[in-house]
Amino acid sequence: MSAGTSKIAVRVADVIKVNDLVTRFRFVRRDGREMPTFSGGAHTVVEMKDGDRTRLNPYSLMSDPADRSAYSISVRRDDVGRGGSLFMHQKVKPGDEMVISYPVNLFSLDLRASKHLMLAGGIGITPFLAQIKQLGHAGGNFELHYSVRTAALGSYVDELTAAHPDRVHVYYDDRKQAIDLARLLDGQPLGTHIYVCGPKGMIDWVHKTARAHGWPESAVHSEEFLAPQSGKPFSVELARSAKTITVGEHESLLEAIEAAGVEAPYLCRGGACGQCETDVLAHEGTFIHNDHWLTEDQRKGCKKIMPCVSRFDGRRLVLDR
Amino acid sequence: MTRFTFPPSIASRPVWGTLLPRKGTAFLMIADAEGAEALIDLAKAAPDLMAAADVVYLPKGTGTRFSDALRAAGPGTLYIGPSFDAAEPRIKRMLADARMGLQIFLTGTEGLMGRAMALALAAGTPVDAIQTEHRGSVARRMQCVHCKGFTEDVMTDPFVCAHCGLNLFVRDHYSRRFGAYQGVCVDAEDPGVIPPQKELYS
Repeated sequence: MSAGTSKIAVRVADVIKVNDLVTRFRFVRRDGREMPTFSGGAHTVVEMKDGDRTRLNPYSLMSDPADRSAYSISVRRDDVGRGGSLFMHQKVKPGDEMVISYPVNLFSLDLRASKHLMLAGGIGITPFLAQIKQLGHAGGNFELHYSVRTAALGSYVDELTAAHPDRVHVYYDDRKQAIDLARLLDGQPLGTHIYVCGPKGMIDWVHKTARAHGWPESAVHSEEFLAPQSGKPFSVELARSAKTITVGEHESLLEAIEAAGVEAPYLCRGGACGQCETDVLAHEGTFIHNDHWLTEDQRKGCKKIMPCVSRFDGRRLVLDR
Repeated sequence: MTRFTFPPSIASRPVWGTLLPRKGTAFLMIADAEGAEALIDLAKAAPDLMAAADVVYLPKGTGTRFSDALRAAGPGTLYIGPSFDAAEPRIKRMLADARMGLQIFLTGTEGLMGRAMALALAAGTPVDAIQTEHRGSVARRMQCVHCKGFTEDVMTDPFVCAHCGLNLFVRDHYSRRFGAYQGVCVDAEDPGVIPPQKELYS
């Protein structure tokens, strides 16, 4: 069993409002033991029992990796999403019992780097909170450039600037401030690695600008969790399990497969890790690929789908599952 | 012979490529002997890149055969030196002053590429910002595993260590840190029983 599918039974120790959009949750183990260690950038998949629906959403761990007494996550409310963040904000109370996965890291620091240059946008700050604490213990060289909408919505700005006044730079959209990326990229010592977490536009901008400035791909790291998109319901035949299922409007294909009692591999549930890659045996229709995993050629080939975020529109889809 | 197709070998052996123009904010080119031809080819494909490049060239046994043509290719700066050891402080200084966005081009013998690559990696250059192209001699830079001394430009197997005098077998085992292959005593069990010497790749 892979790390991400091992579960930890937890109790919600604290629910703390950070600002109008973001709430922090602290989880402790129900069996009183210590949490597994993790490395900065890791996420956990939180199981949300909402009536007869189970949602599984990934959240970056933001607590100190050296602190094994608890895990903390910060959840940004998304009023137009599929409801996972609203469930966390509205239903989860201190003392509730929940289940989370073992930590999985798809956004780890490259510790060979001479310097870590971190670029965060909005709630994309969360993995950096853990990474900065990790680097603090080792005396690591980092610089954070953090873009927020307003001072009121700048999660953890005060904490970060108080702890690292010379390393943390904050940019406020409402004051027309923006990261001067071209200038930033041109002065960095050899061996610097860039890490970016934030909206898709920001991630693409950083990759593109870094490429134009001669930075190799191996020195540019990014993480973007895609939330599964809602869409038209569609039906799927699971050939190996001999079942036909229907994927609801606000349900992901992976969730529908799980709801039918069929075991399917996954780690990130956000289109990034590649774990849930599934073979397509037959199809009549169009794939709606939403992942970061499949290559253009694989998409054209119509032989693979990432059920955590991707959908299908057509008459018939048969999967090897 | 300036181009040579190396036979497939074990995993630690470097796979040398072909120099291609790339985007960057600074360009460092280091070449020896016939490696100059690869830089001249690169300059034909991308004259602007050559005009922005700092070139370190070690003609070794080729004298002025390539150096005039290399100068005519229009490098931003050109240093011509007698040996890698003589050029090493200069290369280290260039790397110490360098910033991310630097693209490195190494071409010529395996010994030159290996040593320059080791300096570049030690300075923090990402490995995928370094391109290589083999040109000229197929001689190897060897390290004796017994005395740790380096013997440059080894053309035969076995060979005699230039430092401790042992008869060494030429292994494919390559160290990126040293930029050298490993040489191991070939007659340790039966001193004096040495396999017949043959030329590398013959």
